[in-house]
Amino acid sequence: MNLDESRALLGRLLHRIAPEVDLDQVDPDAPLQDEMDLDSMDFLNLVTALHDETGIDVPERDYPSLSTIGGFVSYVEAASTT
Amino acid sequence: MGDFLMPSLGADMDSGRIVEWRVGPGDTVHRGDIVAVVDTDKADIEVEVFEDGVIEALLVEAGREVSVGAPLARIAAVSGAEAQATPVGAVAPPPTKPAKPTKRATKPPPKQAAKQAAKPSPKRAAGHDVASQPATTRLRASPLARREAAEQGIDLAAVAGTGPGGAVVVADLTGPTVGTPPTGRAAPAVAAAPEPAGRDQGGRQASMRRAIGDLMARSKREIPHYYVATTVDLAAATAWLAAENDRRPVGERLLPAALLLKATALAARQVPTLNGFWGAGGFEPSAAVHLGVAVALRGGGLVAPAIHDAEQLAVGELMAALRDLVERARAGRLRASEMADPTITVTSLGEQGADEVLGVIYPPQVAMVGFGRVKDRPWASDGMLGVHPTVRATLAADHRATDGHEGSRFLAAVDRLLQTPEEL
Repeated sequence: MNLDESRALLGRLLHRIAPEVDLDQVDPDAPLQDEMDLDSMDFLNLVTALHDETGIDVPERDYPSLSTIGGFVSYVEAASTT
Repeated sequence: MGDFLMPSLGADMDSGRIVEWRVGPGDTVHRGDIVAVVDTDKADIEVEVFEDGVIEALLVEAGREVSVGAPLARIAAVSGAEAQATPVGAVAPPPTKPAKPTKRATKPPPKQAAKQAAKPSPKRAAGHDVASQPATTRLRASPLARREAAEQGIDLAAVAGTGPGGAVVVADLTGPTVGTPPTGRAAPAVAAAPEPAGRDQGGRQASMRRAIGDLMARSKREIPHYYVATTVDLAAATAWLAAENDRRPVGERLLPAALLLKATALAARQVPTLNGFWGAGGFEPSAAVHLGVAVALRGGGLVAPAIHDAEQLAVGELMAALRDLVERARAGRLRASEMADPTITVTSLGEQGADEVLGVIYPPQVAMVGFGRVKDRPWASDGMLGVHPTVRATLAADHRATDGHEGSRFLAAVDRLLQTPEEL
């Protein structure tokens, strides 16, 4: 999965959790949870949906690397190519 | 068994409006089946039936608002064997009856459903004088229908609503194919539906604000609150969670909230004077702990449905119940039994929240437990100063039922329980 694809995937997954969010309007370096008002349950659902969809299993200690849009996208890109 | 009544879905509810019927005359129902969706000020609630039987008649058409306790449907009791084989009643559904909307497995694939929905269906023909609706640019649709439509990629504007005020209900999305004979069950109710407007998003917001305001004002007027607070060391709990989550598949991972809820439920057993209701005769303790959980909704407002018998659930089960409850609360698919009977409620602000929350008690309950966010704080233990993850735990309780002494005992029990997370 390249960066564009993983970004599109994030958009799709987020839409289920926060339908009103437009990914293009969000600063890619801002903290995801603050910016989109996601609570820890939303974030867990996001990580679960990522796993269901791609098989990528993000261990809890890696959560901080996924805390921004940019971080999430590059993590998924890296994880899907290894 | 007789009449099926409009249930009370919380202390603030005087009446409710039937949004849609999920059953019709002749349908066999089993205990726990969802038979109707009822609109309260706060949310659309799925109402279950509590006995087996056959629907004889629907007494209230969809769209009508009736008082709590009013008969909604007449249900005849049947023996188990008969119930399976021969539904009695005026209109037996034909064998080709389309699957109920709730049965996901038998749903038509999205494209097909969209096509069906866009075509004129027999229901629309039978139903509603859409032209008589006041012109409006706002799409009317039940929350469930909105969700289903979004999932299936259906344009709601292309669907003719048969709900109150022309609102799109789920049945309109998964309705019978053209050419399938109408089952005859939905048509009469729909045709007779009176005019009250389907509640749009803005209306729901306003009515929810009002309902919360009314109930909380009543709480502050009637309940002499007292408050106690403590800081709980979560070093053991956090370490246990990290180890546990490391070996759990992602779908079964735990949040700190699961431990906090379990500790609260067990503490409520240990201090039973905080678990129950304030009634006309004073405090009525509850044998079970039905743990209300305040769930914030996206876009504002909150609901506080119950996790039943929370003290008996393993932490993993409690987490699964919490996930399910939050998801359904946000999708507008809570059930009547969850709204009716929390015995003590918890509000947990999660990791984005403030340090501390002092709650307002939900009448007729007598206690509200609050957890702030988990936060690293300087912590002295065993003569040493270190940095520990901690949480501020608070209790707002009804002074008519208990005093600060019992409130303190409760928080001490929560604290103690959280020091041995493996035993929760």
